Amino acid sequence: MRILEGEGVRKNFGGLAAIAEVSFHINQGEILGLIGPNGAGKTTLFNLISGSLAPTAGIIRFKGENITGMKPHQICKRGMARTFQLVKLFGNMTVLQNILLGSLFGTPKSILQSDAVNDSSKLLEIVGLSGMGTILAKDLTIVNQKRLEVARALATKPELLLLDEFMAGLTPTEVSLAIELIKKIRDRGITVFMIEHVMKAMMSVSDRIIVLHYGEKIAEGIPDEIATNPIVIEIYLGA
Amino acid sequence: MRRAISKKFFYPVLVIFFSMIMVMMPPYVSPYTIILLNSIFMYIVLTVSWALFSGPTHYLSLASAAFFGIGIYVSAILGDKLPLLVVIGLGGFISFLLALLVGLSSLRLRGMYFTIFTFGLSELIRHSVQWWEVNRTGTVGRWVIGVDHTTVYYIMLAILLITLVVAYILKHSKYGLALLSIGESEEAADHIGINVNAMKIITFAISTFFMGTTGAIMATRWTYIDPSIAFNPLFSFMPVLMAIFGGIGHIFGQILGASVLTLLADVLLTKFPYYYMLLYGMILVIVVLFLPKGLTGLKEEVKKWQEGRSFK
Repeated sequence: MRILEGEGVRKNFGGLAAIAEVSFHINQGEILGLIGPNGAGKTTLFNLISGSLAPTAGIIRFKGENITGMKPHQICKRGMARTFQLVKLFGNMTVLQNILLGSLFGTPKSILQSDAVNDSSKLLEIVGLSGMGTILAKDLTIVNQKRLEVARALATKPELLLLDEFMAGLTPTEVSLAIELIKKIRDRGITVFMIEHVMKAMMSVSDRIIVLHYGEKIAEGIPDEIATNPIVIEIYLGA
Repeated sequence: MRRAISKKFFYPVLVIFFSMIMVMMPPYVSPYTIILLNSIFMYIVLTVSWALFSGPTHYLSLASAAFFGIGIYVSAILGDKLPLLVVIGLGGFISFLLALLVGLSSLRLRGMYFTIFTFGLSELIRHSVQWWEVNRTGTVGRWVIGVDHTTVYYIMLAILLITLVVAYILKHSKYGLALLSIGESEEAADHIGINVNAMKIITFAISTFFMGTTGAIMATRWTYIDPSIAFNPLFSFMPVLMAIFGGIGHIFGQILGASVLTLLADVLLTKFPYYYMLLYGMILVIVVLFLPKGLTGLKEEVKKWQEGRSFK
């Protein structure tokens, strides 16, 4: 089943087409990777899907429903969450409060405060931040800030999670922990759509990969196909 | 969160205790004390309601005078036609409606653009009222039906208590947390399901309701008003100063800031009528320089200082 579907999605910034007629889909339960050189429009595509930006043309469907032009908070309540390339945390609030907000506001039905606190503490454990609940988010290391952002997104009980360069700037050990976390998230039944530059990680974790270049989709397929695709090698991977 | 829960009962009990004293006090104190307390109550309401919105969201509004002034004008126009409590309610309600409109029209403004917009709005309303009065009604000022000080006192006390209760409940609810998150990162707040625009507009409108009611009752104290009295920009600046002076993040700090500065102004005005503004300004500058977290930050400073000493 297709959980997310885009048809002829386009975004113009003035005369520049940041995304030009891109069609894509994500199957329920898979991990889909999105790669491409800097400026290819990867984050723009995420912004269109999550509602940060409205597309110039095209339709985006989430679980069969047309979500084009909806606001981020409406899309979130329908079961989609995301993280940001540059972490956007509530820096002067505690780690627990950050997650708590996700679980208090992100779900369509309102939830008891005590249940929200329980859920949030569990999420702290899952992403590996247990015992850090009372620390201010801005005082965390970058890795932990990224983990917190994932926890906050998970707190909204998403069916689809968009990860924007979750592994950028991490050490090799941290990358392998991140891969484990992503697999753990998928095993909880959450579909993952991720932008990543760390190719090794991308190849090992993705079920399928889409390649963007200057706002156009130039390739799509399983990791092995992408790794051997001559156009992708020429433009992005390098010989 | 843990700290918020352990203090859950402390402040409400303190407020109930104080309000009981306040309710019983009038027969035993001088009229001068009542008038002074009315001023203090007025500034506390203005400060707490300003900080209700501007504190957590970091949207610095300089429009308090606009909504306070609307309350004053509602009182001047309708004061002799409707019962006092209805007039006060209307003062708040009209402010609330105007704030909804203002909120809707200024959604895209952030940071200092929002601040300048609110200040401009306040001035625009002042000049519009002035133009209307001169060209349409043919007057500059208006008379306000007077009300005795004790009645003003009890009504102000009631408004004050309602403001404090609303501010306290909001601050400790999930919406209080959401307002803080908006101040930290609006985009992130939007993406975790918070309806950022609705939260901002409704909170802003609620905060102006209290300003409007306060204007409507305090108008009776002046007996004569004109646009430059009713929409005096000082009513926009004072709540900001008082909140910063006391400690913007705590309701207690806001109350403290408003009370201390009102008392200080009163003392300076009577003891040093010629240097009043000079001294007042100097004290404000010193506090902002040395106590960036306000009076409530003093506790932390003292603690830090003591810890520093014990290490020597």
